[in-house]
Amino acid sequence: MTQLALVIDLNVCVGCHACVTSCKQWNTSGQAGPLFDDNPYGQDPTGTFFNRVQTFEVGEFPCTETIHFPKSCLHCEDAPCVPVCPTGASYKRAEDGIVLVDYDKCIGCKYCSWACPYGAREFDENQKVMKKCTLCVDRIYDTTIPPERRKPACVLACPTSARLFGDVHDPESEVSIAIREGGGYPLMPEWGTKPANHYLPRRKTKLRIHEDELVRADNPLRKEDIRHETGKDVTLDDWLM
Amino acid sequence: MPHTTDTADSPTPHEEVRTTTCYMCACRCGIKVHLKNGEVRFIEGNPDHPLNQGVLCAKGSSGIMKQYSPARLTKPLRRKSGAERGAGEFEEISWDEAFGILEERLARIRSTDPKKFALFTGRDQMQALTGLFARQFGTPNYAAHGGFCSVNMAAGLIYTIGGSFWEFGGPDLDRAKLFVMIGTAEDHHSNPMKIALSKFKRNGGRFISINPVRTGYSAIADEWIPIRPGTDGALLLALIHEIIKQGLYDRDFLVQYSNAAELVNQDPASPEYGMFVRFEVPPEEGCFDPQNKLWWDRDMDRPVSTMTPGVEPRLLGAFTLPDGTPVKTAFELLRERVAAYTPDWAAGITGIPKETIIRLAHEMGVTARDQKIELPIAWTDVWDNEHKTITGNPVAFHAMRGLAAHSNGFHTIRALGILMSILGTIDRPGGFRHKAPFPRPIPPCAKTPVRPEDVQPDMPLNGMPLGWPADPDDLFVDDDGQPVRIDKAFSWEYPLSVHGLMHNVITNAWRGDPYKIDTLLIFMANMSWNSTMNAQQVRKMLNDKDDDGEYRIPFITVVDAFQSEMVAFADLVLPDTTYLERHDVMSMLDRPISEFDGPVDSVRIPVLPPTGQCKPFQEVLIELGTRLALPAFVDKDGKRKYRDYPDFIINFETAPRSGIGFLAGWRGRGGEKSMKGEPNPNQWEMYEKNNCVFHYHLPKSYQYMRNWNQGYLQWAQAHGMTRHAEPINVHIYSEVLQKFRLAAQGRGDGRQPPAHLRKRVETYFDPLPFYYEPLEASLTDKRKYPLSAVTQRPMAMYHSWDSQNAWLRQIHTYNHLYVNPKTAAAHGIVDDDWIWVESQWGKVRCMARLSEAVEPGTVWTWNAIGKAAGAWNLDPSANESKQGFLLNHVISEELPAHAAGEHLSNSDPVTGQAAWYDVRVRIYKAAEDEPHETSPQFAPVPAAPGTSARRPWQNYFAGKFTRGGK
Repeated sequence: MTQLALVIDLNVCVGCHACVTSCKQWNTSGQAGPLFDDNPYGQDPTGTFFNRVQTFEVGEFPCTETIHFPKSCLHCEDAPCVPVCPTGASYKRAEDGIVLVDYDKCIGCKYCSWACPYGAREFDENQKVMKKCTLCVDRIYDTTIPPERRKPACVLACPTSARLFGDVHDPESEVSIAIREGGGYPLMPEWGTKPANHYLPRRKTKLRIHEDELVRADNPLRKEDIRHETGKDVTLDDWLM
Repeated sequence: MPHTTDTADSPTPHEEVRTTTCYMCACRCGIKVHLKNGEVRFIEGNPDHPLNQGVLCAKGSSGIMKQYSPARLTKPLRRKSGAERGAGEFEEISWDEAFGILEERLARIRSTDPKKFALFTGRDQMQALTGLFARQFGTPNYAAHGGFCSVNMAAGLIYTIGGSFWEFGGPDLDRAKLFVMIGTAEDHHSNPMKIALSKFKRNGGRFISINPVRTGYSAIADEWIPIRPGTDGALLLALIHEIIKQGLYDRDFLVQYSNAAELVNQDPASPEYGMFVRFEVPPEEGCFDPQNKLWWDRDMDRPVSTMTPGVEPRLLGAFTLPDGTPVKTAFELLRERVAAYTPDWAAGITGIPKETIIRLAHEMGVTARDQKIELPIAWTDVWDNEHKTITGNPVAFHAMRGLAAHSNGFHTIRALGILMSILGTIDRPGGFRHKAPFPRPIPPCAKTPVRPEDVQPDMPLNGMPLGWPADPDDLFVDDDGQPVRIDKAFSWEYPLSVHGLMHNVITNAWRGDPYKIDTLLIFMANMSWNSTMNAQQVRKMLNDKDDDGEYRIPFITVVDAFQSEMVAFADLVLPDTTYLERHDVMSMLDRPISEFDGPVDSVRIPVLPPTGQCKPFQEVLIELGTRLALPAFVDKDGKRKYRDYPDFIINFETAPRSGIGFLAGWRGRGGEKSMKGEPNPNQWEMYEKNNCVFHYHLPKSYQYMRNWNQGYLQWAQAHGMTRHAEPINVHIYSEVLQKFRLAAQGRGDGRQPPAHLRKRVETYFDPLPFYYEPLEASLTDKRKYPLSAVTQRPMAMYHSWDSQNAWLRQIHTYNHLYVNPKTAAAHGIVDDDWIWVESQWGKVRCMARLSEAVEPGTVWTWNAIGKAAGAWNLDPSANESKQGFLLNHVISEELPAHAAGEHLSNSDPVTGQAAWYDVRVRIYKAAEDEPHETSPQFAPVPAAPGTSARRPWQNYFAGKFTRGGK
């Protein structure tokens, strides 16, 4: 059974917000739209966004990490937002695992947003219905779009290609390999929601220079017939015969 | 179903896709714009565009909200009679009236004293055209924003390696193993940098970021090295010290491709002191380095002409020529220069531990030496030597305004260029690589006029408005050494101000120093707000009158697409179009979007009709140029030469039948030629059919070592990109700078600086890089103002452009001052406290946010989020003007009076680069009873006529939005 999902690579996300606005522009004029903006030119503007990026710091100066953390619906395999919905508006598609909201059935009771442990739901204060990421369900199956562009808008836009998209149930898919080999993890697995979306952790590349590497027979200083400084700053060069 | 003509509600609305080029920042990505019933449905990155390869950032993805912003100006406006400048009270006029006003005024100025007209532009991407207009008009008073942006980066590297970062060149992250980013704003080379960084990290490269704050790109660095602002030069010089000391430099590269081994005259009594020794004095030189200098032959122990086959020269050492002249190699002088710049010394200045500096130097040196790349690409150098391979030392750097926007930035960036060169990374795989039309000679050939007489009524300017001085005779000064330009560029105060000093234009014009002007035309620059230093006082200057009641700057025209803060100060406002509504060229004559593998230029083609009466500024210039009968715009009978801007782009040639025009692609009558060829009447169509971009792929053998690559240089010469096919050797030692120093010392019979500037020129025109404390800091009581204050630019905003954008302003609605918790604790400051940030120039009230990602001696904020009340057609209660703040109020455009002068610009003394990041501040809590809003506050400006009503809410849905649907 297919389970479409995003895998978000925190190792390369620079927090540029391309996912946030590319999503907004695709979806506001799409099947999930419009996406409301309240007071867009006044005090405390607010609006409906399916993607949001939170930035936080870890550690104390100078050992500080700045983490950019994109958030959206995780399309849980055992989505807690679905059983709590009194009208059946919140549902999970059998064919691809996408969690959707049928606006025509939604009565705006917000039970689903209370049930979602990830804060991924967006209540449209204008239409009084709950909205959320659809994985661009109106793009990914659209045969008028070239096959390589049939991906969620955020995935196409992401300048660092930090967002991978595919079937996490297919062990050979790009996303499954990334999770398996890149230490991909779900958010808050203790809730038992089995999020389909996964995150890839930061990875550090270090360079270890062995002392020997500073000493070379072809050190260009030798061509100047200049002896290395001796005295306080003894270097390994001084040990060569 | 009843028949309807309103297709908005039809089940299959009309959709189409058009290709053009983004302009939500200066990056210039290819985009595909989807339209639905004539409204923008979706803007996506063009997968077939070399720059962004299908991706698009947050700004580019928010173009819809720029197009439909209520802050858009849509009608020409005139300041209401009796209304004060700054009040923003306007009346609509027609384009005919607007053109009539300008034509009458400019014709009078041109026929009397053309320099009374000043044209200064922002980040406009059309400097080739605006510069042409200024030159044709005959005014020297023209520049774009470079002087207050990153001219130090351009000048520092171009005067050293013949190229620079961003449009001119960049790090080859496809092949680098170690990447060091130092002092880079997050919008500088936006999407290409993001694409490359991601690939680099996934390929296992090591990424080190050196920056006072850790945001954006720095966040994903393998190592963050916090540094105190303005001290990068100390770090770079210490790295050079350690690399030379350990012998980790690329000797062969330095000998073959730089002036490191060349012999410098060390006889203080000689008029040639500090100059390279020449074995023959050539006749009149072109703008290239003649190959007439000397090496010291290691085997024969005697001088020998450079590049003598079979000779290996000394790279270090002091020698005596047969005639008794003492000489040293340039590299010896560099080694002596950096002798005192030890890691220990730099640690005390930069705040970076000595061990870290030493380790950094070793990582760079060992990676460059031991992870060499050999590409099986045969090439021939300019000395006819055949090479079987291309070598690369895979250490790459990127730097921008963090280094540039300090008054010591030029020498800091010279030090960076030298570090990159001693590692042997110039135009090689895995290192720094040029982009066409770079590399160019050091310095490039273009020159400004040199005398006041070069400005004459009814005549074009006798020279380029901006150029590259090679010696004091290239300065644009009068017989007393006084400046000819209003911004004092190319004068002894800022001799290498190759991008002008836009940040001093208003103050100088207000003061009448060096003279008064009549008309100031500002295009797309917010000079009363975030693009000016000392914003509060500059706003007063714009509105200040003489004793006779006349404005001190008599007439101000502002051209912009949006109601920026500057619009309120205009006498005449001309509404520009958005990027989706016009033709544009990203020209090889300007700042093209070339790739490492060859020249690239591109175009914009309108995807929507202009809104209201908006007119592209390009069309305004063509029309004005025609009405004023400027020679380039009319035929020999004085009649209109170009129908409009697209016609101009097709048919304009840099000289009669030169074959070189604004666009390099599809030239020749049938579009069969590139780079050079006759005008092609169908050129626009050919660009349109080809993703609006022209990409010339150089053969692989021409893609590297271009400073010395015979094939490339001859190709570039044949295609008009460079005048000479001569080697462009790296200037480890800068004779150009030494020439100015010698003049300041009173040597030679050329031009010499006025007495009060001698010491300044002598000090800062040092042929080798040196570290000095930023000028303002050295003139500030640092016990009273202990902190540095800097700005960063967020990735989701471009300068001030995007607060009118309903989606982007939800990401950055207002800004905090970020403070290290230890620094905050010392002042009793906690998160969201209202505090004052105060310099010797002024103070601003703002909100504090504690951050572990900033070094304790620095406070910082996002640039240009704060707005003046009512500007950009935001509600006066909008967060941008209540909680958001502008740091510019505490930064001065001039230095305190000191020995070198009373009104010197707060800028680099070599280049005139605005020293934004030199300011020193203190912070303290605001009193309990103070209002919880930013200070200073400004009276709200009303929405300008022609702007649309602010929507209280919106549901954007393409195809229905502007037709009443919400």
